[in-house]
Amino acid sequence: MSATLQTRSTAEIGKPRRPARAKAYSAFRGTMIVLVVLTFLVPLAWMVMASFKTNVDIHDTTKSFIFTPILDNYSHVLGNDAYLNFVWNSFWVAFCATGISLLIGVPAAYSMSRFNMQKSALLVLLARIIPGVSLLVPWYYVFANLGWIGGYGVLIISHMFILIPISVYIMMSFFDSMPIELEEASLVDGLTPIGAFLRILLPLSVPGIATAGILSFIFSWNNFMFALVLSGSNTKTLPVAVFDFVSYASIDWGSIMAAACIMTLPIIVVALFAQKYIVSGLTAGATKG
Amino acid sequence: MTTTSLNQASGRERFSRWVNDRRKWIFATPAMVFTAILIGFPIGWTLYLSVTDAKGSVRAPADFIGIENYLDVLTDVDRFWPAVMRTGVFTFGALAVELVAGMAIALLLWRPFKAQRWVRVAILLPFVATPVAIAMMWRLIFDPNIGFANRVLSWVGIPPQPWFSEPATTLPTLMFVDIWEFTPMIAIILLAGLTSLSDEPDEAARIDGAGAWQRFWYITLPLLRPVVLVAVLLRSIDALKTFDLLYVVKGQGGGSFHEAETLNIYVYGLSFKYNDFGTASAVLIIFFLMILVVMWLLTFRRKGAKL
Repeated sequence: MSATLQTRSTAEIGKPRRPARAKAYSAFRGTMIVLVVLTFLVPLAWMVMASFKTNVDIHDTTKSFIFTPILDNYSHVLGNDAYLNFVWNSFWVAFCATGISLLIGVPAAYSMSRFNMQKSALLVLLARIIPGVSLLVPWYYVFANLGWIGGYGVLIISHMFILIPISVYIMMSFFDSMPIELEEASLVDGLTPIGAFLRILLPLSVPGIATAGILSFIFSWNNFMFALVLSGSNTKTLPVAVFDFVSYASIDWGSIMAAACIMTLPIIVVALFAQKYIVSGLTAGATKG
Repeated sequence: MTTTSLNQASGRERFSRWVNDRRKWIFATPAMVFTAILIGFPIGWTLYLSVTDAKGSVRAPADFIGIENYLDVLTDVDRFWPAVMRTGVFTFGALAVELVAGMAIALLLWRPFKAQRWVRVAILLPFVATPVAIAMMWRLIFDPNIGFANRVLSWVGIPPQPWFSEPATTLPTLMFVDIWEFTPMIAIILLAGLTSLSDEPDEAARIDGAGAWQRFWYITLPLLRPVVLVAVLLRSIDALKTFDLLYVVKGQGGGSFHEAETLNIYVYGLSFKYNDFGTASAVLIIFFLMILVVMWLLTFRRKGAKL
């Protein structure tokens, strides 16, 4: 009893000091937030700066932040027809793999959510758990026998293998949160179940589909291991091309950083404009408890 | 009445009804068949190879040798067990730091402030950017001679470090990169969890006189537990299989002393450098079982917590 009284009285004594404490706290918080942002942005800024430096300046420890920016690295990378071809490969593979994965994954997610098909969902999600290396040797063997190695098809198929579980996972949690009354009402209004799915549920799912599509595209664009083994010299995607840059030439850091920036730029633009979707995709299933 | 209308129904209508009645499987089957074929065949094939002495080419005739590969692998203290150790240290060491730092950042960003949106975009970048680009970037930053890291150390008077160029510092440096890359992801998942919490329990505890730390430890953290578990699950699945960063920085075999060789890198080398498919398959099966056990432990403990 006396203890409670005491704590209360200390709290009361402390009261007049509150504004000062609150001010100090918000200054501390502001500083910490700036530090966090710097921790994550400075390394990226270093990459961008190096892409605008000559190789002499990259080696010069006195020119960390002040230097004369040049575009030579970019003209070197973009002037290379092969590199533009790799940009196209990355885009085309990501575009096709994302499109087909959504086409297959969205209806599957609807069924699995609506009919509570947990075992089937588990099968699809198993693809997310299994180590990719274990698939590469058998895939390589089969696709080599079919003569598909070095074509776009095999890259698209291998990326779809990663993207379908992502789409299904995100869309399932989206359909789970949709009230079933919506579908029942459209059935009463005379739509068939598939009609209700196509005309009522799909239009309402556009935010979910955008989320799944954007994350799928990023995962495909960023994928390295599958393309490393399954692509041919004409179908190399950007990550493999940038990696090969190092293995063949003596290390030309300026050009490598320029190539890395060009590879990352589309993702950063997407992150700027579709931040909301990326976050909701990452947290799908995490926040419903 | 029903029968007559059924008979009068046109073929199109009957087809439509047939499709609608079976929509559950018509919708689900393509995804399941696609996944089942792409997984089922490799697993069967890997199981088969793991009990043969297949080497050189998968087409070459291979002899059945029983569990010899498994025995070889499980008694291999040279490459296999060190790789298991590194996989564990890398995954769970990095994950522990990511959880603590991610929670701190999530709490820091929780209550609204000006520019909150931009801060979120900024911390999104490390883990959406292409991992190969990130790995290249850190190779330049951690270059012992020209890297930014050693410049920063020299400004504060610390002698230059070897980073990726010495076996002893390689794995910790790689873990640092993983922590830099994925702490923001954990932070963003936890932040979404915090935002979805109701304010009432926290408010009630505040009125009862609980301090900030007590409210976090006894109120917020237990409520956030399911979200923390999802974050741990998602991150450990990917961290156990980390490939891009390790391969880009240290290449096949994880460097000349195998200092960065995790199970995934070890298997990749066995398969594509030595073409030792029998051994590779045995390692893969063991690796896959290990991942399943980790997943099982995490979900099992979750159920235990709920009870």
